[in-house]
Amino acid sequence: MDAVLLARIQFAGTIIFHFIFAPLTIGLAWLIVWLMARYWKRGDDASRNLARFWINLFAISFAVGVATGFAMEFQFGTNWSKYSRYVGDIFGAPLAIEVIFTFFLESIVIAILLFGWDRVSRPAHFLASVLVAIGSTMSAFWILVANSWMQTPEGYILHNGRAEMTNFLHVVFTHSMIPRLLHTVDGALVTAAFFMLGISAWFLRRGRQVESFRITFIVALVVAFLTSVGQLGTGHLSAWMVTRTQPEKLAAFEGLFKTQAYAPLTLIGIPDPAHATLRYAIRVPSGLSLLAYFRPDATIKGLDRFPPDRWPPVVWTFYSFHAMFWLGMLFIAFPLLGLFLWWRKQLYHNHAFLTAAWLLTPLPFLANELGWVTAEMGRQPWIVYHVLLTRDAVSISVPAVHVLLTTILFGAIYLTLFLFWALFFRREVSRRWEESAVEPLVKDAQ
Amino acid sequence: MNTLQIVWFILLTVLVIGFTVLSGADLGVGILRFFARNEDDQRAMLSAIGPFWDGNEVWLLAAGGASFAAFPPVYAAIFSGLYLPLMVALFALIIRAISIEFGSREQSQPARGYWGIAWAVTSTLATLLLGMALGNILRGLPLNAGGEYTGSFFGLLNPFAWLLGALNLAMLTSHGAFYLAMRAEGDLRARASRWALISWAFYLPLTVFTLFAATRYLHLARNYTGAPGWWLVPALGLLAVIFAGLWTSWQAPTAAFVASCFSVTLLLASAAIALFPLLVPALNNPALSLTAANASSTPLTLFVMLIAVIIGLPLVAIYTIWVYKVFGGKITKAGHY
Repeated sequence: MDAVLLARIQFAGTIIFHFIFAPLTIGLAWLIVWLMARYWKRGDDASRNLARFWINLFAISFAVGVATGFAMEFQFGTNWSKYSRYVGDIFGAPLAIEVIFTFFLESIVIAILLFGWDRVSRPAHFLASVLVAIGSTMSAFWILVANSWMQTPEGYILHNGRAEMTNFLHVVFTHSMIPRLLHTVDGALVTAAFFMLGISAWFLRRGRQVESFRITFIVALVVAFLTSVGQLGTGHLSAWMVTRTQPEKLAAFEGLFKTQAYAPLTLIGIPDPAHATLRYAIRVPSGLSLLAYFRPDATIKGLDRFPPDRWPPVVWTFYSFHAMFWLGMLFIAFPLLGLFLWWRKQLYHNHAFLTAAWLLTPLPFLANELGWVTAEMGRQPWIVYHVLLTRDAVSISVPAVHVLLTTILFGAIYLTLFLFWALFFRREVSRRWEESAVEPLVKDAQ
Repeated sequence: MNTLQIVWFILLTVLVIGFTVLSGADLGVGILRFFARNEDDQRAMLSAIGPFWDGNEVWLLAAGGASFAAFPPVYAAIFSGLYLPLMVALFALIIRAISIEFGSREQSQPARGYWGIAWAVTSTLATLLLGMALGNILRGLPLNAGGEYTGSFFGLLNPFAWLLGALNLAMLTSHGAFYLAMRAEGDLRARASRWALISWAFYLPLTVFTLFAATRYLHLARNYTGAPGWWLVPALGLLAVIFAGLWTSWQAPTAAFVASCFSVTLLLASAAIALFPLLVPALNNPALSLTAANASSTPLTLFVMLIAVIIGLPLVAIYTIWVYKVFGGKITKAGHY
């Protein structure tokens, strides 16, 4: 098999697996800050046990996130040695800064958060939760700095057969960085909010620990609504930036093969790159021009402006973008329905809604992955946009069979990790479950 | 060679030393899990490292990240050249992380025992492979003009690499045992001291043997023959090894552990002195070697990174001290694992 393809499969596989846990922990860390503030203020057993329950779920996911993130730091060197040599002067810096300022912080202070219950004061414990949340969010900041530079490289020159940094601030604040950061971190909050919503619903649905889980349920519902609406804004900002910085990627998002004024917004369709058409498309006339430039007659570049061998994989990019978009719509509609039921005082005992909330839990994780595929597939065939092709970036000294072997091992280990994560997750939940007696389903009016 | 390149050569050494001194203790305790007698032993061992191992391991990430940022061709050559051994070391570290975290959440036997064995096996494997990697780097790799490894996988399994692998196993096992003897109480403390002396009986001769073997490589001996004063560093390292053992037999475990920290630091510093300014010696042609001078990033990148380290490392020290203050001291029965 092709060494480049294998290296890509390995990288995508490891990062997709890591990206199940990373957004969850980033978002959940902030919800835990809220629970720890609540415990600091009240200091009673109920608030302590509630915080502890969510911290335990956080800890299980954090452990898998750390274990898998560990491998990623070295995968640029192992599988992408030509990339590392060519752009290390720029790309290595944010990665190393991430380690120095964020990994140390979260990995060291997490011990206080997890085991500090009878050893540190409540304010100190609260401080630990804030530091872990800051650490994990700053970690997202620096890794997205590195990623954004691959998408919209700035602040460098090509010199001495490599890319050399000319301005550190331009490297950090490339055009796509702020939109990407907002969209990704807000996505992490959406993920964590739906996670908290779903698990709280599971308890409410069965009438256990109702008092505690009503609190996390309603807060998660509000957070889920606000952050999902926020994704409309940050998503729009991201697409707006892609229009200006990576036009062929936007064209692939939209399946826009022809450059045109009054460009339509595609709601759904089947792209056919071989014939450069979009079949069975449902479109909003002039929608894309309006969204991108606020004018219906604005011209949007289509894929016809670019040589076909420089097109992103249109089918992958198109479907992942649209699936993410429609999931985002669902993430707004569902909490909105919940808030409506709450207003009508029919929320906490509505079995259908509680069951749906529980079943929806995996979908934000899926949306995160689709977002990753959209962004990274949309960047292909470049590893650094318009600077270095992916196929020119792999380690030439590594035989394809070694990559295949390690990919299989990664697959086996990660699958096992996932099963254990699920097992320990279930145990945490059922331990909490067994501590409690069945209580009658409460009425909203209480 | 400019000052920034020298500074970064030293900083990279400091990060590797930081990893080995801190994480070496928890890797060593992991290896010693093989000799745990019962449930209580394992619990105490987990408590000794539980709150710290994660932060300790970040030093390895920092060394990897720093080599990427400061010396990209070195990062590229080492990680693609030592592909399979380092990948297996990564797999071991991944499973080790999970066996510590999930193993301590496990309530019942025999599951706790299985996690404990996974913890011991992966700690051993990672220690062996990281030692072998260091051995290969010290010995040198066959490189082409592009700085890519040209050898085969079996070329990495040379005697010098095995020697360093064995040395690392002996060094970290005894380092972990010194650490455990300092933190444990009662019966476990007595046994940890015995484990320390047994592994020390391997550590000391292997250190002497490695120092002699290394001088046979001309590129490793040249700085010492050029300025014999440098011999003081490995000599003090050897002295620290000796004292670590003596203090253990005199029942002064804290002094023994401090001596062990010094021995690890000084021996790795000796290796860095032997290499300087080489980072990856080219085995086939010295002119192709990657050095701090020819393989570094631009002065701007090195400068930006230096600022990050100057601000960042004191912060790291603060969190580390906080956590050791909260969780340090003797391991009590009512520990958190």
